[in-house]
Amino acid sequence: MTNEIKIAGFGGQGVLSMGMTLAYAGVFEGKQVVWMPSYGPEMRGGTANCTVIISNDRISSPIINQFDMAIILNQPSLDKFENTVKPMGQIFYESNNVINPPTREDVSVFEVPAALEAVNLKNAKGMNMIMLGAFLEKNPIVSIDSILKALKKVLPERHHHLISANEKALKRGMELLQNPVLS
Amino acid sequence: MATKLLMKGNEALAEAAIRAGLKAYFGYPITPQSELLEYLVRELPKRGGAILQAESEIASINMVYGAAATGERVMTSTSSPGFSLMQEGISYIACAELPCLLVNVMRGGPGLGTIQPGQCDYFQAVKGGGHGDYRMIVLAPGSVQEMADFVYLGFDLADKYRIPVLILTDGALGQMMEMVEFPEYDIEAHLVDHSSWATTGKKKGSERHIITSLFLDPEILENVNLHLQKKYDTIREKEVRYEAVMTDDADFIVVAYGLSARVSHKAIEMGRQEGMKVGLLRPQTLFPFPSEQLNALADHVNGILVVEMSAGQMVEDVRLSVNGKVPVEFYGRMGGMIPAPEEILNEINRFYSQKLIEETF
Repeated sequence: MTNEIKIAGFGGQGVLSMGMTLAYAGVFEGKQVVWMPSYGPEMRGGTANCTVIISNDRISSPIINQFDMAIILNQPSLDKFENTVKPMGQIFYESNNVINPPTREDVSVFEVPAALEAVNLKNAKGMNMIMLGAFLEKNPIVSIDSILKALKKVLPERHHHLISANEKALKRGMELLQNPVLS
Repeated sequence: MATKLLMKGNEALAEAAIRAGLKAYFGYPITPQSELLEYLVRELPKRGGAILQAESEIASINMVYGAAATGERVMTSTSSPGFSLMQEGISYIACAELPCLLVNVMRGGPGLGTIQPGQCDYFQAVKGGGHGDYRMIVLAPGSVQEMADFVYLGFDLADKYRIPVLILTDGALGQMMEMVEFPEYDIEAHLVDHSSWATTGKKKGSERHIITSLFLDPEILENVNLHLQKKYDTIREKEVRYEAVMTDDADFIVVAYGLSARVSHKAIEMGRQEGMKVGLLRPQTLFPFPSEQLNALADHVNGILVVEMSAGQMVEDVRLSVNGKVPVEFYGRMGGMIPAPEEILNEINRFYSQKLIEETF
């Protein structure tokens, strides 16, 4: 079983750290993982994206053009990656940052109002964790426990006090897709 | 068992270097290798080594030259434009027969180019980028795990042959994260006795040790060269390393190294699913090059496709190796672009069906 995932949005939305958390959680569950960031000018504030591959077997190419799932945090990223999702794949998009929702009919589309919910939780920076929670609700490829362990690795120690807030955000994201918002 | 860590390729290089007994590092920041320098700045002083950010790559390599003369494990790292600046110093180090580890995390060129990954410094690495008849051992890791493994191997080979060893990798392997395990490594057991040549201070009654690359008498310099060439021949004979994937029954193979090999691996997996008997040969050493192995494979396959992130550099060595036995085609991307598995599969398909048509008619 291999999951090939694209995560994309603006620099600063926590795109790269969301991917890294997911990848590290995969390590804790004994899987093979690759985290491949876009690096370069986009790191300085434009669009940022990363590829995460989680597999039970050896992963050949870290460079892929087709994905099983995409987690999309802004419009330019949706425009860029909507057509790279495989038929029968999944798109999770953040509805406050995406004006024109996906139009693909051969994939499952999940609208996640993560930015709004993050504000409700008084944790604006937790938006990425809400998205990740929503993703994990539909794809339990790693456990929440592994994600929390991964956060300890990904967050610098001075930010470890934020882990409980992140846990809340993750759980909120999961709840959102237990009762999906109809788009 | 060692713990599995998720690390960037650049960080794995740095951590492995410390564990292999790195005593001194000199370098200058340049994307996409800066994490290596940053990691060492943070960790090396705490763990028994010295690190200095030099004023340029030229300074870095000459500091490596000086420090290597003591026989300690020393290192520098850079990316393509910085590596060009180091060539003069590397030629001196090669002539003076000093062990050291160099890293080039390649980016697209020529010129300042881009910070995106490339493989366009192959010629410079394996043919001797500086002046004179010298070689380096060139290691080409294909994963974050090999980034770590080849650091230990690189230091060991550098000590064994008194030669600069280069780890030739690229920005994508440097930036991406994979799992890595650091093996148990007993530094003391690996250190070689340098007392016959290292400049560690003259002791009473002992000979002076002189490290130089200046030999004004041509007869002496020719002998220096003959000695170096003999050493390179030994390395060609003993140190070839490669990975062969599904080559046993293959009638067509892809040859690629580093990141290109990873993408090609996926392409041959896809080709196998379509019923094609394709395999992959991945050189892990670029000097010495697995020429004999390729020549032997050429007896069993109908064709070879070489994939690189360059205009076609290693392909020349593949053609020399197979010496016209089978057609050798090339597919490359340049300027920081990375080929996709589908593109490589297309090339395999095209070549494959062409050969099939030729055989049928």
